[in-house]
Amino acid sequence: MAVKDYIRERFFPHMWCPGCGHGIVLNSLLRGVEQLGMSKNEIVMVSGIGCSSRISGYVDFHSLHTLHGRALAFATGVKMSKPELNVIVPMGDGDALAIGGNHFIHAARRNIAMTAIVMNNRIYGMTGGQYSPLSGYGTAATTAPYANIDHDFDVVQLAKAAGASFVARTTTFHARQMTDILKSAIVHDGFSVVEILTQCPTYFGRKNKMGGAAEMMEWFRDNTTPIGSKAKQENPDLIERGIFVQEEKQEYCAEYENVIKRATGGRS
Amino acid sequence: MKEVVEGSHAVSEAVRLARVQVMSAYPITPQTHIVEALSEYCADGRMAARFICVESEHSAMAAVIGAASGGVRTFTATSSHGLALMHELLHWASAARLPIVMAEVNRALGPGWNIWMDQTDSLAQRDTGWIQLYCEDGQEVLDTTLLAFRLAESASLPVMVVLDAFFLSHTYEPVDIPDQASVDRFLPAFQPRIQLDTQDPFALSQMAPPGCYMEMRHDIEAGMRRIPEHYTAAEEAFASVFGRRYGMLEAYRCEDADIILAMAGTAVSTSRQVVDDLRERGEKVGVLKLRMFRPFPAALLASLAGDARKIAVLDRNFCFGVGGIFAQEIRAALYLMDSRPPVYSYIAGLGGRDVTPETIEEIYVRTKQSERPAPESVWIGLDPAACPVCRTD
Ligand SMILES: Cc1ncc(C[n+]2csc(CCOP(=O)(O)OP(=O)(O)O)c2C)c(N)n1
Ligand code: SF4
Ligand SMILES: [Mg+2]
Repeated sequence: MAVKDYIRERFFPHMWCPGCGHGIVLNSLLRGVEQLGMSKNEIVMVSGIGCSSRISGYVDFHSLHTLHGRALAFATGVKMSKPELNVIVPMGDGDALAIGGNHFIHAARRNIAMTAIVMNNRIYGMTGGQYSPLSGYGTAATTAPYANIDHDFDVVQLAKAAGASFVARTTTFHARQMTDILKSAIVHDGFSVVEILTQCPTYFGRKNKMGGAAEMMEWFRDNTTPIGSKAKQENPDLIERGIFVQEEKQEYCAEYENVIKRATGGRS
Repeated sequence: MKEVVEGSHAVSEAVRLARVQVMSAYPITPQTHIVEALSEYCADGRMAARFICVESEHSAMAAVIGAASGGVRTFTATSSHGLALMHELLHWASAARLPIVMAEVNRALGPGWNIWMDQTDSLAQRDTGWIQLYCEDGQEVLDTTLLAFRLAESASLPVMVVLDAFFLSHTYEPVDIPDQASVDRFLPAFQPRIQLDTQDPFALSQMAPPGCYMEMRHDIEAGMRRIPEHYTAAEEAFASVFGRRYGMLEAYRCEDADIILAMAGTAVSTSRQVVDDLRERGEKVGVLKLRMFRPFPAALLASLAGDARKIAVLDRNFCFGVGGIFAQEIRAALYLMDSRPPVYSYIAGLGGRDVTPETIEEIYVRTKQSERPAPESVWIGLDPAACPVCRTD
């Protein structure tokens, strides 16, 4: 199936600003799905609200458009009703970790098989550039005109600690790595978290004098490094990219199948 | 001093002038401009306050409840799903008798994601024990926000200041922004009635068993019943400093009106114009502006509109299975009168659809021409091509 067949063409042109990183995520994701040879009938995309969540409007998968922050909770219900489907949940940093932070840690803890994509642009893009739990100390936003004093989460550490069995990070500069990671995340049998550093030139870039989209992507190139690289040892401030966790662990739906079998003595 | 500001900034200016001490919010369109301005005032020293940008509306209301329990003046703002998410805490704030003030920008609820004007979000919170005040223009937004603090603090009950999404929140109008000294005269420093006191420790919001729960609820209701009195006193004080007053309801050209149109929000302004035009054509029509809701000023309503031949209510909201919410309330408010005008219920302008002078005139004409109200609310302006129910093909 060609990448184009996964798209709802009638919803284009998309609503993202020029240079927004979310389109790169869409592109890499569709390439990954295509390379995996998946039919669009076996994928459900569940999204919340935010510029990032608009991804679900542009793909021709079954899609459930839900409330801000609640996508993982809805997705848990979808997955439990049809465990055979592949559930992909694209979220913004605010969506996943501000209002949806509780669902995030609990979905990870349960290790329910789905792919949580955190499109981290370090800002609430859709509502006009207020700081998020990922903006970080010292950054500027419309709600922090001079400097933010809130510390940020480390999504990778958080996901690890909460129990996700697949945890990875990449950026929009590394579009091919993104495709590879997303493929591994989608086929992984457990809760997968993929943090993607993405640029919001309109708000985060402008407020923090990061330049345009190209400069912001160059920042991703210059400030990230593969996990365990020599560069990281020399410069601990570099952000690591790659797959941090990929382990086998009891998956929630499979475990529930066992519960049903036990409870019904195999009669169901 | 008169400045041209948008409705959102009329709120934030009032909050600044009210010397609020702790604010907390989570951004949601179309409330964002209110809180962005307040963040700026805190950051540049125009306000000596703390603004907590929390992770959800639920946390925002929880944070201001905590701050109000600590004895400081508090404020938050939200809209639509943000308000719905606060629901649990709305009950908590009123039953804890905390004088929190909130700006609520009327916006539609999903799904069918929609960011535009609709009153169902605030009206759905009518049973939470919050006083609700609906505004028509930017000046009224500023004045009502100031008034809200005084009312809340005198009654120990929370107040919601309600403004239309975009039509009011994002519209620029000349607004008289008072100076600090005048506001200080109207609104003295907050004297909390309930406050955590480490010198005299006690427990707030503890368990209330069946033996006292009813009495506590009765006490809140007694507080609500005194609102008209508190409100009138607060407005009196406001008028003596600023020379403006709005009333709990406002009757415009209603004295000899055969038909009274009733509604809340910016559609009132449009209706004033329609009424003037219709009057020129010899029609006896007036507008009743619904401003205070919860407590609903039933007696005042009966005295202002009880003599009309018909009342036509324009609801930009809907209660499924019943009808327009203001219409239900008005019918109930008139019920105890010996004879009362029939109340016609119309639904228009949901989810940001315009309420034009033609919409309002259509409501007037339909009301004039019908013998008695339809048993169900009449929906104005449905597009048969888009409506699966009314499509006839
Ligand atoms: C209950 C609720 N509160 C607030 C909002 C407003 N809102 C919509 S998207 C959003 C944040 C978007 O930021 P993020 O999730 O990081 O996505 P981005 O737009 O940056 O991709 C907010 C606060 C909402 N829709 N619902
Ligand atoms: S506001 Fe930011 S996140 Fe939203 S579309 Fe524009 S660039 Fe992308
Ligand atoms: Mg974001």
